[in-house]
Amino acid sequence: MRIVIAKPGLDGHDRGAKVVARALRDGGHDVIYTGLRKTPDEIVRIVNDEDAEVLGLSTLSGAHDSLIPKICQKLKISGLSNVVVFAGGIIPDRDRSDLHNSGVRAVFGPGTPTSDILHFLEEVKSRKNKHQEVGVGQDPGWHWN
Amino acid sequence: MALELNEAQELFKSAKNGDRRSLSRLMTSIESGNIPNLERKQCWTLGITGPPGVGKSTLIGQMISHWLVKGHRVAILALDPTSPVSGGSFLADRVRMDQADLSEEVFVRSIASGSNTGGIPNYLGEMCFALSECGWTRILIETVGTGQYDIRIFGYAQRVLLLDGPDRGDIIQAEKAGILELADFIAVNKSDLPGSESAVQGLKLSLGLSENEKRKVHLVSALEGTGIADLISTIDSCEINDSRRKIRMREMLISNWDSLLLNHSQIDLYLEKLCSGSITVNDAINSMVREIISRGE
Repeated sequence: MRIVIAKPGLDGHDRGAKVVARALRDGGHDVIYTGLRKTPDEIVRIVNDEDAEVLGLSTLSGAHDSLIPKICQKLKISGLSNVVVFAGGIIPDRDRSDLHNSGVRAVFGPGTPTSDILHFLEEVKSRKNKHQEVGVGQDPGWHWN
Repeated sequence: MALELNEAQELFKSAKNGDRRSLSRLMTSIESGNIPNLERKQCWTLGITGPPGVGKSTLIGQMISHWLVKGHRVAILALDPTSPVSGGSFLADRVRMDQADLSEEVFVRSIASGSNTGGIPNYLGEMCFALSECGWTRILIETVGTGQYDIRIFGYAQRVLLLDGPDRGDIIQAEKAGILELADFIAVNKSDLPGSESAVQGLKLSLGLSENEKRKVHLVSALEGTGIADLISTIDSCEINDSRRKIRMREMLISNWDSLLLNHSQIDLYLEKLCSGSITVNDAINSMVREIISRGE
């Protein structure tokens, strides 16, 4: 799959994003990394121009509850409702349900084995093949964790 | 197939009307072999090639700003290698093109080189024609980091910039034959680092050995943005070198031929037979070519 890994906001730590990008590459995916400090508008344009199927958002600054719903909303109004969104970084458990409600399908915290993310993507693929909705703007019923 | 072609045609139509989502999906469609009817008119293309780490992406980032000021719409097709082990890729050229994300007048598409020889997929030509018809006036192709004789880019770009860096003295000597002879523009990046001036001198010395050599060796710093305006004006005022038509066609022919072979449905079977020694390379070529012809691929 074509996957964009993005760093929204002012957070300048991207070791985690790079580890994930590498793991996905080794899992046979085409991974596009955006670099640091992207605005929601920039991220949405990158997802569009790269025609990505999946967007992974990495944030460690605590701004996830403001930035991630904003990005999800912008994807929906830009005709990108079928893009699958997952998040990673420092995200407290209590914030997860809000993210799920925004359309995020999985949240991966510190200590997650990279194989978990690959398994998530396999599940996404098999659900897509069965025409089940997994996109950010589609039926929010299912999420991975 | 007809359905997919119709879809490609529809995407092309709305991309021409300025719909960015359609343009992006059109690129994917071309990548998967569903190509709309294109006019294949002359389009403005520049290949940017050079060794890995020399600063191609960073330089492109700088060039974007200059062309935007001049009112151009800039599209970039950025190639990065596909892993021969996993089949995946890490496409990070755009990380160094910060300027690209700030404007609607810039379109960056990262492309995995796939198993294509020369690191250039043969659908790149169609992508350029489509972008041109959709109103992109500067189309840049960034190659994967290349060596001395990676000249496939000449099959796809009308003009080519070779970018080099400091501390590559011996390689400069070795590059006398090959890409250095063909490049329309030559630049040494990293003028902010020691050794860049002597790299320029080395290149000039090498070029000076040929008669009628008119090419200038530019010294730039993609990091600091120096020397870029001069390079842009050289590129913009350059007439297309039509004497290379045969070289271009040769590279395009080889590229398409390779792709026929690499996309042969039985290629893995032939590779296994070659490994076990049950057929020779000539046997493999003969029967693969026969199969390609009989299928009219």
